[in-house]
Amino acid sequence: MINESGMFSLALPIVAIAASALIMLLAGILSKRDHAFAITGAAIFVFAIVGRLVFVTPTGVGFHGMLITNAFTRFADILVLLGAIGALVLSASFNQRVGIARFEYPLLVMFAVIGMLVLISADNLLSLYVGFEIQSLSLYVLAAVARDNLRSAEAGLKYFVLGALSSGLLLYGISLVYGFAGTLDFAGIARAASGATGARLGSMVGLVFVLVGLAFKVSAAPFHMWTPDVYEGSPTSVTSFFATAPKVATMALLARVLFVPFGPMLLHWQLLVEIIAALSMIVGAIGAVRQTNIKRLLGYSAVGHMGYALIGIAAGTAAGLRGTLIYIAIYVVMSLGTFGCVAAMSRKGKPVERIDDLAGMAGEDPRYALALAIFMWSMAGIPPLAGFFGKLYVFLAAIHAGLDILAVIAIATSVIAAFYYLRVIKVMYFDRGAPGFDPRSIGMNVVIYASAIGLVLFIFVPGSVTVASAQAAHVLLGSGF
Amino acid sequence: MNNVFVNMPILSVLIWLPILGAVIILAGDSDRDSDGSRSRWVALGVSAVELVLAIALLVAFKPHASGFQFVEIMDWLPAYGVSYHLGIDGISLFFVILTALLTPVVILASWREYRRVRTYMAAFLLMEALTIGMFESLDFLLFYIFFEGVLIPMYLIIGIWGGERRVHAALKFFLFTLAGSLPMLLALVWMWQHAGTTNMVTLAHTQIPASVQDWLFIAFLASFGVKAAVWPMHIWLPEVYGEAPLPGTVMLAAVLSKMGAYGFLRFSLPMLPEASAYFAPLMFVLGVVAVIYISLAALAQRDIKRMVAYSSAAHMGLIVVGIFTLSIVGIEGALFQMVSHGLVIAALFLCIGVLLSRGQSRMLDQLGGLAARMPVFATFLMLFVLANVGLPGTSGFIGEVLVLAGAIKINFWVALLTGTGMILSVAYMLVLTRRVLFDNARYPSNIATNDLNGREWLMLAPIAVLVLFLGIYPDALTVPFGHAVQTLVHETLASGRAVPSGRVAMVTR
Repeated sequence: MINESGMFSLALPIVAIAASALIMLLAGILSKRDHAFAITGAAIFVFAIVGRLVFVTPTGVGFHGMLITNAFTRFADILVLLGAIGALVLSASFNQRVGIARFEYPLLVMFAVIGMLVLISADNLLSLYVGFEIQSLSLYVLAAVARDNLRSAEAGLKYFVLGALSSGLLLYGISLVYGFAGTLDFAGIARAASGATGARLGSMVGLVFVLVGLAFKVSAAPFHMWTPDVYEGSPTSVTSFFATAPKVATMALLARVLFVPFGPMLLHWQLLVEIIAALSMIVGAIGAVRQTNIKRLLGYSAVGHMGYALIGIAAGTAAGLRGTLIYIAIYVVMSLGTFGCVAAMSRKGKPVERIDDLAGMAGEDPRYALALAIFMWSMAGIPPLAGFFGKLYVFLAAIHAGLDILAVIAIATSVIAAFYYLRVIKVMYFDRGAPGFDPRSIGMNVVIYASAIGLVLFIFVPGSVTVASAQAAHVLLGSGF
Repeated sequence: MNNVFVNMPILSVLIWLPILGAVIILAGDSDRDSDGSRSRWVALGVSAVELVLAIALLVAFKPHASGFQFVEIMDWLPAYGVSYHLGIDGISLFFVILTALLTPVVILASWREYRRVRTYMAAFLLMEALTIGMFESLDFLLFYIFFEGVLIPMYLIIGIWGGERRVHAALKFFLFTLAGSLPMLLALVWMWQHAGTTNMVTLAHTQIPASVQDWLFIAFLASFGVKAAVWPMHIWLPEVYGEAPLPGTVMLAAVLSKMGAYGFLRFSLPMLPEASAYFAPLMFVLGVVAVIYISLAALAQRDIKRMVAYSSAAHMGLIVVGIFTLSIVGIEGALFQMVSHGLVIAALFLCIGVLLSRGQSRMLDQLGGLAARMPVFATFLMLFVLANVGLPGTSGFIGEVLVLAGAIKINFWVALLTGTGMILSVAYMLVLTRRVLFDNARYPSNIATNDLNGREWLMLAPIAVLVLFLGIYPDALTVPFGHAVQTLVHETLASGRAVPSGRVAMVTR
């Protein structure tokens, strides 16, 4: 593109977070008391500033083809920052309550976000891998942040072992692609993929490994095994982060990797993505039915949602990509709200996580019950809530691309999924009980109510998100619906 | 009066006013409304204003104008051909009015509800808004949103205030309806990408390949069939009608079941004319089986609420037969029957509510002798029972005769078997009347048997007047919807592939 080496300024958001994270790290170490709350606030502030910086940063390719910024990366960046801000707001009071309020927590989130911004903008398999590892290592530590808690430590270890395996697969795939295509550059791979048969076949093998590594991170079936355990074991503040920002980043990366370097091989990977999407929807729907722990339920639900989002990518069109982006954007808001509600579930300072603990919530705290009911209905895709529009756009793409069977599987699993979302509402509204939860902090209320209102009012302004995601999709694929 | 409406988006007001009412009720200070009386009055006031507006709509409606009236159109997703598009014609007009009439009635009927009054009243207002919005929509996506959005308030109504097995019934209702309507979502998406718009007027004139029409028809059948409880998609109905709180049952039977029948008229016929003609025999079979089988099932019931529920489903069979005669007489009969059934079934369920509120049992063998002790109630009940079996002079008669007149021109046996259902309905309704009103009293004497109070008069009397009025002066309905039905039938038949020549010519008005 234009004057490649001169485009260092496009790493501005990444540099800004890194610099402030290092300063905050120093401050945290040198100060005598633990200023976890202040540092969390500062991290939120930095993310908000960076959210503005993302728009100021020029678009283009920089660092000798390592990084790229365009409408697509901006869209994903904003979602990642939104998820991170929401998760940090929730964590401020939750961590204090469960006694893990340490200044490392917001810093680890910041480092993870750095990784995500790098991998969203990666234009080279090497920078992709570096971003991937920055993100993953921070996440492993976050999962085990409640180090005195057996379950948290187990979750961290499990995530680390399986995550390392997936990173290995990814790296192996990258090396195969490099071997056959002769380059790590996205544009170069695309040229090789559309060229000689030999290089294409070899890259195909590499692509499968890359796909598996990424599918692991977005917790798509059959690579979802870690999700319910890690969701359940990690502290809720960490889970709320896991459920939002990394999902966006990896899904965006998955879309970019498939559409840009491997775009010419659409016919080769389309079936693969279809299978992963179908399996994810089925596993997500059936696995969640028997869960009694709300975080495990949400873990399986996340697997299912990733399946729906993948439908758009499987369609292989700009309309499909737009559907995926809208789906992910709405999913982030739904997840934040839901985990806000889960974080608020505690009695006498001890978190409770069984669905049955919510019994009688509608009588005791109608606003909380209504908000959680809105999240559940939205996740089930019931109009007029925003979740419906996410499904609508991916269905539109699927039918448009002729993926009728996938669409039929999607509606069948939607009905099954509705069953378990409804169970949460049923427990709150129809069952008797006295939850007696602790009062919620301001941060939790802000996240819960803002998400609920956003999901309800989305119907009035579907245009803005649609247009932004359509622009983002058009960057990767020239034409559109 | 007309001048006022020219500048007023009355259809939007009809949708948004109840939503505003629901928000006011929910956002209100719960401490100052501990007994819920404020919520009751807000709900009653809002629904009464709705009723006045709906009547004004009827007055301002021009029966002889063609096309949709009071049309409102606003960009919503302009890039994808989706708009906020409202309008009514003769077909939808009466369902808007029916909904607006029955909502204040059910709010009156639940005046003694003391559990979570705020949520209750908000749910009913929300349901009114969504239902009216569905009947007014001229955009398929908007229609779908309203159509499925109704599930949310109804799920809560059944689950919170229902009977013993309410949780199970609520879940059953939700999942059945959702499973039915998701295929329609796929059909909607297919038609959207085929035509590039979701404007229903455009879609009605879009040519769809015959092979696809069949699939779309099946998708629509799954969705509208479940909602209208067409046999065999009625299996959710007995338990849900039985367990829902009475006002909820009234809305389910009188209004929500009409959504399905309305869907057939608004979507299946005009958009899929060839498939409609192709599948008409199947629909006759479903309708006839419903009429006979469900009537027999009603005869076997011991519980009056379930008996009326089955009766409701049996009459929906008649409506389906009427719609798929694809003739003007048959469809007019079906429409007439839809309105009449909405009034009569609502009134019958309200009568049961009157009994329950006096501590009476729902079981037939524990009731009896009420004719002597509650004469006014007995008169009302008798009137509605007779209207339900289609006695001449009541609204039920007109609808059934028109449907049969339409059916007999298509096939003698369809008409005969449908007629059998009418006879069976006489059988079970008379069993009900005899047991409730005339047999010896078997209940303990401490149960109150005071006759109707003022509130109950207010609920039942308007419906009774309407039932008699429509029975004597059917033109009040047939003239306003006549034009729309004629257009519908001509357009459907003009493009149908299996048009029996002369089917139109035989119709005489």
